[in-house]
Amino acid sequence: MDALGLLRPGASVSGLPAAHTPGAATGFALGDHAGRAQAAPAAEPGVVASTASGPLQRRFQPYQNNGGTVLAVAGKGFCVVASDTRLGLGYSIPSRKVSRILKMTDKVVLASSGMQADMLTLHKTLRMRLVQYQQTHQKHMSLTAASQMLSNMLYTRRFFPYYTFNVLGGIDENGEGWAYGYDAIGSHEKVSAVCSGTGQTLIQPVLDNQIEFKQQWGAPKVDLSLEATVELIRDAFTSAGERDIYTGDFVEICKITKDGVDVEEFQLKLD
Amino acid sequence: MLSAKERGGFSFDNVLRNDHLESKGYAMPKPVKTGTTIAGVVFADGIVLGADTRATSGSTVFEKFCEKIHYIAPNIYCCGAGTSADTESSTGLISSQLELHRLATGRESRVATSLTMLKRMLFRYQGHVSAALVLGGVDLNGPHLYTVYPHGSTDRLPYVTMGSGSLAAMAVFECGYKDDMSLDYAKQLVYKGISAGIYNDLGSGGNVDLCIIKRGSTEYLRGYATENARKYRRPAGYAFAPGTTAVLSSKFTRPLKEIAVVEEVVAAEAGMEGAATPATGEMDTTT
Repeated sequence: MDALGLLRPGASVSGLPAAHTPGAATGFALGDHAGRAQAAPAAEPGVVASTASGPLQRRFQPYQNNGGTVLAVAGKGFCVVASDTRLGLGYSIPSRKVSRILKMTDKVVLASSGMQADMLTLHKTLRMRLVQYQQTHQKHMSLTAASQMLSNMLYTRRFFPYYTFNVLGGIDENGEGWAYGYDAIGSHEKVSAVCSGTGQTLIQPVLDNQIEFKQQWGAPKVDLSLEATVELIRDAFTSAGERDIYTGDFVEICKITKDGVDVEEFQLKLD
Repeated sequence: MLSAKERGGFSFDNVLRNDHLESKGYAMPKPVKTGTTIAGVVFADGIVLGADTRATSGSTVFEKFCEKIHYIAPNIYCCGAGTSADTESSTGLISSQLELHRLATGRESRVATSLTMLKRMLFRYQGHVSAALVLGGVDLNGPHLYTVYPHGSTDRLPYVTMGSGSLAAMAVFECGYKDDMSLDYAKQLVYKGISAGIYNDLGSGGNVDLCIIKRGSTEYLRGYATENARKYRRPAGYAFAPGTTAVLSSKFTRPLKEIAVVEEVVAAEAGMEGAATPATGEMDTTT
């Protein structure tokens, strides 16, 4: 045994036990950082396992996150769907004004955050299915039908999902407003307020508190008017823009009533 | 063996333990980085340094009005990018050593001295102290402007930028820099460079801070440009009626008689008044 052999992990020295508990740091070669042998840190994206001299395996990286925040809030006889328009990538802003919103019918609006390319493909496919439905059945798709179709379309890609986080909002057959929240593979829930995307953790608790009066003991549960809802949404996006670097530039706010969809553009900070 | 406290410098006591914990799936805490735009130019009479004011932790803005232009000596200032703990402590350490040096020698500190001290420290830690600096000052040899990289290499240039917004700021400098600029032109150039970082780099944001160093005078312009104040607040505000937070149970315990010391009560009240001052006081600090 050479002199350096004494310092290598797992090397045995006569008179001492050959190895300690598996996984425990036993010693290290000169120039090594302690613990490298056990857990090789991922050096860069795409590199699965690497050691100083070992083989590298590179893998296809099909996803990227373009950020963005989307939300939907339902009220008495209306629904508001909103999304910011910043397209982010790493520390860059490829675009300040991309719409994440798809007007599916006069009463149903979809907003999607996540990966821009997947969002575009999803919206294109949805548009195609909407036209097919309209021409087959000679009527517009209802909110419930649209919500189920979106779920089906997402679940079709169960093992290579669209990297999108969707919220759907609109007016149902009874004239009531509803919001639907989705995960990337089609699990969905009918709710009164939902937020997805990079600002989700900042905005969802505010919606829970202000729309559903969560954590407010004894407070009367009043329904917000359309204007009060829009004011809350403007404030929520402004706050998210202060603290989330991927939320900013503008917000598109879609007010859905029985008369159709009215879109408002609201300025956020550009930094 | 001496403990880290007796020896001075960093403590590596928990390195092996932390590596073990990491291998068991316990992630290390994430340090705050200043994904930053910092810059400096030499003009006819001295140096203009500039910085944005955003500090981030991942994609979250950790601090909107942080101070990135650090004091080194009355005639030397230093902008810091990288891990904010590293930039603050390395500039603070060198600043304090220079103060002692001035007291011992009775002479003004030289920029080259602070540069050498910083690069020696950073080289010793082989890039693990992640401080990327823009160092500027005026001494008996005239104005000096340097960049210092985390591994300890340095550049001496007439106009420099650092941080994640350095490319945006350098684009502006490459376009607008001239030799022997006037003060007004130099301020405008640095402001435009930092603004380019603030608006085009997601790691940078908030206000523009400037620091002008001339022979015999230093001007720190905290909040030189404040274009990124909040634009909207809900008119109705957020009012919660008393009792909105449920009181599940309450129990009152009398304070122990032995602890009732008059001086401490007065000190506590003075402390309370200090604490009641809103944090907004820090924003408009101009030195």
